[in-house]
Amino acid sequence: MSDDLLLKIRDLHIEGRSDETWTPIINGVDLSLKRGEVLGLIGESGAGKSTLGLAAMGYTRDGVRISGGTVEFDGIDLVHASAGEKRELLGKRIAYVAQSAAASFNPAHRLIDQHAEGPVTHGVQNRSDSAEDGVELYRRLRLPNPEEIGFRYPHQVSGGQLQRAMTAMAMSCRPDLIIFDEPTTALDVTTQIEVLAAIRDIVEQFDTAAIYITHDLAVVAQMADRIKVLLRGDEVETADTRVMLDTPQEDYTKSLWAVRAFQRPTKPAVLTGAVPLVSVRDVTAGYGKTTVLRDVSFDMHDGRTVAVVGESGSGKSTAARCITGLLPPRSGEVLFRGEPLPADYRKRSRDQLRQIQMIYQMADTALNPRKKIGEIIGRPVQFYTGLTGRARRKRVEELMEQIELPAATFHDRLPSELSGGQKQRIGIARALAAEPSFIICDEVTSALDQLVAEGILKLLAELQDRLGLGYMFITHDLATVRAIADEVVVMKEGRVVEQGPKAEMFRPPHHPYTDLLLSSVPEMDPDWLDDLLEERGRANIGDAAIENMD
Amino acid sequence: MMLAYIFAALLALLALGWAFRAAGRAVTGGAPYFRDMPLSIGFGYALGAALLLWVGYAYVLARTAPPEVANKLFFLRVAVEGLVLFSVAGWLFRLAGRHIGTAASRKLFRAMPVTAAFGILTILVYAFVAIFAGWLAPFGQAEILPQANVIPGGNPALGGDPAFPLGTDQIGRDILSRLIYGAQNTVGIAFITTCIAFLLGGSLGFLAAVLGGWLDQLLSRMVDVLMAIPSLIFALLLMTIASAWAGSERWLLTVYMILIIAVIDSTRVYRLARAVGQNIVVMDYIEAAKLRGERLPYLIFREILPNATAPLLAEFGLRFCFVFLTIAALSFLGVGIQPPLADWGTMVRDLAAFINYAAFAPLAASTPLLAAGAIALLTVAVNFVVDWMLYASSGLKE
Repeated sequence: MSDDLLLKIRDLHIEGRSDETWTPIINGVDLSLKRGEVLGLIGESGAGKSTLGLAAMGYTRDGVRISGGTVEFDGIDLVHASAGEKRELLGKRIAYVAQSAAASFNPAHRLIDQHAEGPVTHGVQNRSDSAEDGVELYRRLRLPNPEEIGFRYPHQVSGGQLQRAMTAMAMSCRPDLIIFDEPTTALDVTTQIEVLAAIRDIVEQFDTAAIYITHDLAVVAQMADRIKVLLRGDEVETADTRVMLDTPQEDYTKSLWAVRAFQRPTKPAVLTGAVPLVSVRDVTAGYGKTTVLRDVSFDMHDGRTVAVVGESGSGKSTAARCITGLLPPRSGEVLFRGEPLPADYRKRSRDQLRQIQMIYQMADTALNPRKKIGEIIGRPVQFYTGLTGRARRKRVEELMEQIELPAATFHDRLPSELSGGQKQRIGIARALAAEPSFIICDEVTSALDQLVAEGILKLLAELQDRLGLGYMFITHDLATVRAIADEVVVMKEGRVVEQGPKAEMFRPPHHPYTDLLLSSVPEMDPDWLDDLLEERGRANIGDAAIENMD
Repeated sequence: MMLAYIFAALLALLALGWAFRAAGRAVTGGAPYFRDMPLSIGFGYALGAALLLWVGYAYVLARTAPPEVANKLFFLRVAVEGLVLFSVAGWLFRLAGRHIGTAASRKLFRAMPVTAAFGILTILVYAFVAIFAGWLAPFGQAEILPQANVIPGGNPALGGDPAFPLGTDQIGRDILSRLIYGAQNTVGIAFITTCIAFLLGGSLGFLAAVLGGWLDQLLSRMVDVLMAIPSLIFALLLMTIASAWAGSERWLLTVYMILIIAVIDSTRVYRLARAVGQNIVVMDYIEAAKLRGERLPYLIFREILPNATAPLLAEFGLRFCFVFLTIAALSFLGVGIQPPLADWGTMVRDLAAFINYAAFAPLAASTPLLAAGAIALLTVAVNFVVDWMLYASSGLKE
């Protein structure tokens, strides 16, 4: 046995309890991690990435058990370790950074107090030394105002800063191993890049070993020395990052790599003078006293996709709410085929409502969990077309055929019996049931795995070609924009900063904000982050860059 | 001196707990459960074992000792026997449910704890008794028989009479018959009252959640005002007014009581329905339905209600208990269900004096406890079922 192995997992089997039976989650995975090495774990949701990550700490969630195999950390058997022994290790020598920092911090305590808690209970440092060290770590993670930020409460700092504060907290005892469980998945691209750079630097500085769990290949390419691909609890393959990126061996890995290649052919430019399908004119809108949209104008045409891009809070979704009539604008108007639409959806006619449909980001909350699929799709069919009984059923079956879900299997199921991608397809079918001419897609793929997301994008593209639908595609993912958009609208702080055909948008010169957005999207090249930091400088990425802009 | 004894006993238990843990470690060879066991849990085991031993000893004493000792432990004996009887009944009921009925009902019973099975069994028995009271009861509820003050138990040697297994009250009414009719009156009226409270509170609550704005404000503030007044005192006050209105029409007073309690309890239902509704209203599928142009009734009954049934059903069980206890309390205070109608609350009040004989004539003292026990049993049973439903659906997160 080689002694430089920090973590050794052999033939690990993990089972989860559902309906009184144990179903396997991990089927015999091996994992070795040297000191100071960063291992990337990737796979779709349900592949067992997080379960494996937690098992590396000897921990399982409720209703989950380790049924076989060994987890050895620095010679200590974590599967059979007592609670006391684990208490001694966790937090001190093994730390964990969760996906949602906002949910992981205690909202009632200051950051620095939470930071110092670990070192004090583990007897590593006293309170004041640890607080001092915290400030040092904050500085190294390039948090703004490191002396002061520790005295804030979690809700007083931004998501990206909180994620970095959590990384600092994980570092507080100088652990040998840190598990990062999708630390940047919930962040905007421009924020993500800051966090990625910070995490990578600090892991390098302290020579900490890390397991980096993510579903984003481009992210893992920047972070990891080695990559392990998981599929439904089985290991697909493991290799050094560069080898894996250049020459993936397994078909599954290749298919993951290929996702990013999907791109639609460029359409000819819109004829000048054509009446736009939906046109937003000088719309200003907001909630209460805050103004979210300021003089926003853009046009959308039949059979074309307009991608609306921007960070969270930039007003993308608010624009969609103005178009649907959920949020009547304060000034300006929305035109449909040249005719102004009533501002409030309650005042629109049934036909006007029918023409504009919406597909939501979270398919979970977009489908009534107590209704069967047939009813979810059938209701708008009946409501708008008046079909009932057998005719309605036939139309529902047609729609389900369009979304490539066999009606025989799915017609009587509840949404909870469907996977995320299938639910999103039902959402599409519900929108199609109204026979609209315009569909707003609000981040429809951001909650999905890449392979599934690709399937949804292809389906949407195909439906557009067949039915001539106009799409407004709200997204913060520029890879999606590349894949599906015809025109792009970039929004920032409620204003349109740039708009035009896609080809133009991806070609310089850009508005500095567009440039920042574009350059912040991770690429599959493992040197991408280094090159970018070199090019832009560490002080000119993420939030800092946005501040420099103003 | 007493304190010293208690202290010594606690120390002994602590030592016992320590020994238990040590023995567990030695026997199992350090299984994680014993290895990671804090001393407090070992102490808990020792304390539990000591209590169990004492109960067992007291039960044996109650069955074998001469009457002057056994009488003091009579109610403990009844409690132990009742517990065993009820658990066995619940267990058997569940066993039957697992083998009889449709596949769905069998599956339901398989995942059911004994407590819930017992609760369902009890509710079924109560419902059966309430519906068929006229056939089941040996005498009428207002029928006055020549034999007064017959002791329960039916043993002539102890002052009982086999014709009246649960005895008779001071004016010679059969207690068993009155208990059976009481199920009809008390439970029936409580059920109707709860239904009205839910209809009122539920629909207004959902309406407030969907429409919001000034209607929500108006309704919510009205509910706040009603809830600010202690409910029993408020009910008493209104009942006093109502009894003046009702005059000599006794049945009218019962109708007033139903309405008064329904309105007071609907405030709680309103709050729950509004809170649950507000959480559902923000869901995207409601937005989708609104944008489709659906009308209000469809939104409330087809989109929101199906998602609110779990918490509402659980609340229905609890609310039923509260309503039921309120009726019993009002009857006990003399303004609820009026004699000669049998009612458990009234029965407790009428027979309350007998409780004084508890130390030397436990059978005689048990007459008021029969009605009280009927109330307690139903309350416990409903709560068991509600707990289980909440656990099974995990729908009530508020």
